[in-house]
Amino acid sequence: MCRGEPVARPQCLYDGVIMRMVVPILEVRNLRRFFPIRKGLLRRIVGQVRAVDDISFHINRGETLSLVGESGCGKTTTARCILRALKPTAGQVRFQTAAGAVVDTASLPKTALKPFRHQMQMIFQDPFSSLNPRMTVFDIIAEPLLASGMKDRDERRRRVENLLERVRLRPEFMGRFPHAFSGGQRQRIGIARALALNPSLIVADEPVSALDVSVQAQILNLMLDLQDDLGLTYLFVAHDLSVVKHISNRVAVMYVGKIVEIAETKQLFNAPSHPYTEALLSAVPKPDPRLRSERIVLKGEVADPAQPPSGCYFHPRCAYAIDRCRTETPPLEQIRPGQVVACHRAREIDLKGVQAQGTV
Amino acid sequence: MSAPPAASPAFDEALATTAAEERVSVATQWQLMWWRFRKHRLALFSGIVIAAFYLVAIFADFLAYADPHKTEAFRSLIAPQPIHFFDEGRFSPHVFALIGKRDPRTFKRVYEPDPEQKIPLRLFARGYQYKFLGLIPTNLHLIGVDGGNAEELIFLLGTDQLGRDLWSRLMIACRLSLTIGLAGVTLSLVLGVLLGGISGLYGGAIDTLIQRVIEILRSIPTIPLWMGLAAAMPRDWGVVQVYFAITVILSLIGWTDLARVVRGRFLALREEDFVLAAELAGVGQMRIILRHMAPSFLSHIIAATTLALPNMIISETALSFLGLGLRPPAVSWGVLLQDAQNIQTVAISPWLLSAAVPVIIVILAFNFLGDGLRDAADPYG
Amino acid sequence: MTNAPILTVDNLKSYFFTDEGTVKAVDGASFAVPAGKTVGIVGESGCGKSVTALSILRIIQRPGRIVDGEIMLRRADGAGKTDELDLAQLDPEGGEIRAIRGGEIALVFQEPMTSFSPHYTIGNQIIETIQLHQDISKAEARNRTIELLRMVGIPRPERRIDEYPFELSGGLRQRVMIAMALSCNPRILIADEPTTALDVTTQAQILDLLREIQERTRMSVIIITHDMGVIAEMADDVIVMYLGRVVESGPVDDIFHQPKHPYTQALLRSIPSIFAEPRSKLPTIAGSIPHPHNRPSGCPFHPRCSERIAGLCEVHAPRLLPIGERQMASCFLYHEPDN
Repeated sequence: MCRGEPVARPQCLYDGVIMRMVVPILEVRNLRRFFPIRKGLLRRIVGQVRAVDDISFHINRGETLSLVGESGCGKTTTARCILRALKPTAGQVRFQTAAGAVVDTASLPKTALKPFRHQMQMIFQDPFSSLNPRMTVFDIIAEPLLASGMKDRDERRRRVENLLERVRLRPEFMGRFPHAFSGGQRQRIGIARALALNPSLIVADEPVSALDVSVQAQILNLMLDLQDDLGLTYLFVAHDLSVVKHISNRVAVMYVGKIVEIAETKQLFNAPSHPYTEALLSAVPKPDPRLRSERIVLKGEVADPAQPPSGCYFHPRCAYAIDRCRTETPPLEQIRPGQVVACHRAREIDLKGVQAQGTV
Repeated sequence: MSAPPAASPAFDEALATTAAEERVSVATQWQLMWWRFRKHRLALFSGIVIAAFYLVAIFADFLAYADPHKTEAFRSLIAPQPIHFFDEGRFSPHVFALIGKRDPRTFKRVYEPDPEQKIPLRLFARGYQYKFLGLIPTNLHLIGVDGGNAEELIFLLGTDQLGRDLWSRLMIACRLSLTIGLAGVTLSLVLGVLLGGISGLYGGAIDTLIQRVIEILRSIPTIPLWMGLAAAMPRDWGVVQVYFAITVILSLIGWTDLARVVRGRFLALREEDFVLAAELAGVGQMRIILRHMAPSFLSHIIAATTLALPNMIISETALSFLGLGLRPPAVSWGVLLQDAQNIQTVAISPWLLSAAVPVIIVILAFNFLGDGLRDAADPYG
Repeated sequence: MTNAPILTVDNLKSYFFTDEGTVKAVDGASFAVPAGKTVGIVGESGCGKSVTALSILRIIQRPGRIVDGEIMLRRADGAGKTDELDLAQLDPEGGEIRAIRGGEIALVFQEPMTSFSPHYTIGNQIIETIQLHQDISKAEARNRTIELLRMVGIPRPERRIDEYPFELSGGLRQRVMIAMALSCNPRILIADEPTTALDVTTQAQILDLLREIQERTRMSVIIITHDMGVIAEMADDVIVMYLGRVVESGPVDDIFHQPKHPYTQALLRSIPSIFAEPRSKLPTIAGSIPHPHNRPSGCPFHPRCSERIAGLCEVHAPRLLPIGERQMASCFLYHEPDN
């Protein structure tokens, strides 16, 4: 068995019927994506940026898994590998299609992906660059329908009307161009486009971080509603832990291309097990002046994924590091049901969550 | 999970409220471009000027009144003739007849107007024979004189050494100068878009190959190549044919700039989120290129072309002036300016320089138009 | 302890005259910056918080300009008296404002990469700033620069001084930016979204640094941000802006625990919180921020306000008036309209 997150893999244990009930909708195994560093006239490869470095996790049908971390931690690369916008260097991305079959989208050629690619859709960060400014709202949302073979224009129009109502935009606006809408409204259009082909998995890459705070809440609420109504599964990529808490069932924390902790949302926020998770939670500015407390301020800088430190990548910044952390890479281990951590000292150190810091 | 449900309204309301904004909200790319371009008064005016010049090129024979190829030693180097619009308080445009005399000291022929002999100008007069648009034989001209012998009577911009009427030659020259390079520009455009597009779209080895070819082509010096090509062309070709052939050959190396621009746009567009979204939705490659990528640089190409056209006109003028481009008997602005090559002629008969005026106006107009189009090209920027 | 204001902005109006119409980016903002305190200006996009900062430094780009209002900078002269200078009246290109910019008032931008020239070392750029405002030798300026870099927590400043901006990470660049701002001992530091481009752990480092420096130098800080969390961490006084107007101002504790203006209340309720129950819905503010060409009549917040008074809020614009001791709000829930 491979290293990594211990996931129930019932294929070999149960018969096919049960398998369909337990198999997660998405299972990522030992995913790697390296970017070569080229130098010189001959463009020789002189090194590798280990953007995603051997990560494994799964997402159950109907839940939201959030992937959090700071810029450069590989969360966006992971999302793009899952959607096959990038070809993974190694590893498996096992996706359970609507028909119940499990396919490894990482190894299939792009042409073979076509039959079920529409089951995974994406919501983008930037509501401005993600909508073609030269197309009307109708054309934008109807394009996936057209591509999937819905030739009848009236049928497409009815479907677009329906989708616009779902995201709470007036169907009358479908003749307008994106420039007539605000950031939040454009994000709604982007969501409607993602929903057009009835996907089962939606990868949302920082969907609210480009929006004004008063609009963020609207989009988060909309996403929660849509999940309940349509039974969607979300992979939610974000850097803002407050936003993550509002949408996630489980959270995976990434640091320099590796997953350091995965846990149920409440567990992760209240009782983190990795020192990096603790520092991240502590660094979030709390919107209450009475909570100005001693924060954990990490020393130093995020490690360079082209030249990661030895042992645990986090050890140069970690307050709990011991000699072993400098030499030995910690494996991702289950320490509690539903909580896996990659830290040698996860069982011995007592870390603070947000409830312990706050007064709530 | 027990938080109070948010009071969310049925719809997120639109921003547009006024009728003007309503109009903007459904405006296409081209409408937005036109609205923005319209604000650029100078560019708009330049566009009209350029349109007028091309109208002149189409109706050149109609606007000319004298046969541009008819030489006559007796009419050599006549100064421009002023038009008198009123005759004793009545509107009646006319010119004074010229009387040629020999200067007793220099033995040169000089022409003096004779105010007693008034030659009335007529609109839509009959003149020399030509084929309208190259098809319909006619002899109708915008202005002329009764009796149809305008060659000997009116000289609005004077004549050249061989006694040919300059105004008429200028009109005819428009035609060649404004059009001879179009084929070359069009060919560069097609090559540039095609090869730049392939380069940017596919990347990898093809991209590297095309880029290297571009670098080699850009290092070829144009003027020696031009001279060599001019010598290598078949002898029995006419001057216009030779020139045309050379512009077409040169366009084979002139596409590189546009190719680089197009490649850059493709590379940038390939990374755009909306292109990825289309890919994820299963939209085909061809439709992505035509529907998502091409429209966003079409406007830039129009602007780039507008800026390439004055280059072609300047090249014609400069090369012909140097004797490398068009040569007589072809009539172009550069050929006309060849007559003004020595300072003596310019000092004695400055009207020979008049061909420079349309060159300057057209080049400026093209540049202003190009600027205006470029500014309006990306209405979402 | 009561601190006399060092900077008073009164009824500031900065408009942009574009082809499409006039954008009233700042439309009558008034506030005071006490000496040695941190004032936070908070608001969403288009609220005019950045334009306010640019107005104070007189660096608004055309077609924008200050059309009305006062920006009084108070200085102590040697004899224990104070004199006042109206920055709004100065020639934006003149020598006087240039001496103040980077000298008495310094600015830290959001994006540290674009505020440095890529062609010079960071040392060169700081030394140049120092020599522009102070008459000292290059060697002295270099020593001072190293000292500044050490003060903002840059490791091995003797070596880092000769590096180019692109060689530094975002966090280090922001530290250098702060060092540059501090180089001439400013009395007021304006930090415009100083941590927005940074990661959360780096943000924590920079906020700590700003606070530490402020405690040491006793300068006034104006911190401009859209992040209520940053405001709660940093500010003593808070100014809440919406569509170019100050809707509420007051001490930070009052703003967060007894907000008066419906916008402040709604904004605080709608921000995602790290203390929230997982997968809980947030109360929202209806609608979007109007386009700047489309300012609502009367109170700019009335179309989104849940407590609007029909017939009043859409007609009259409320003025910023005191509520209680130190808090102010511009809302008809608390004040009768003037005739």
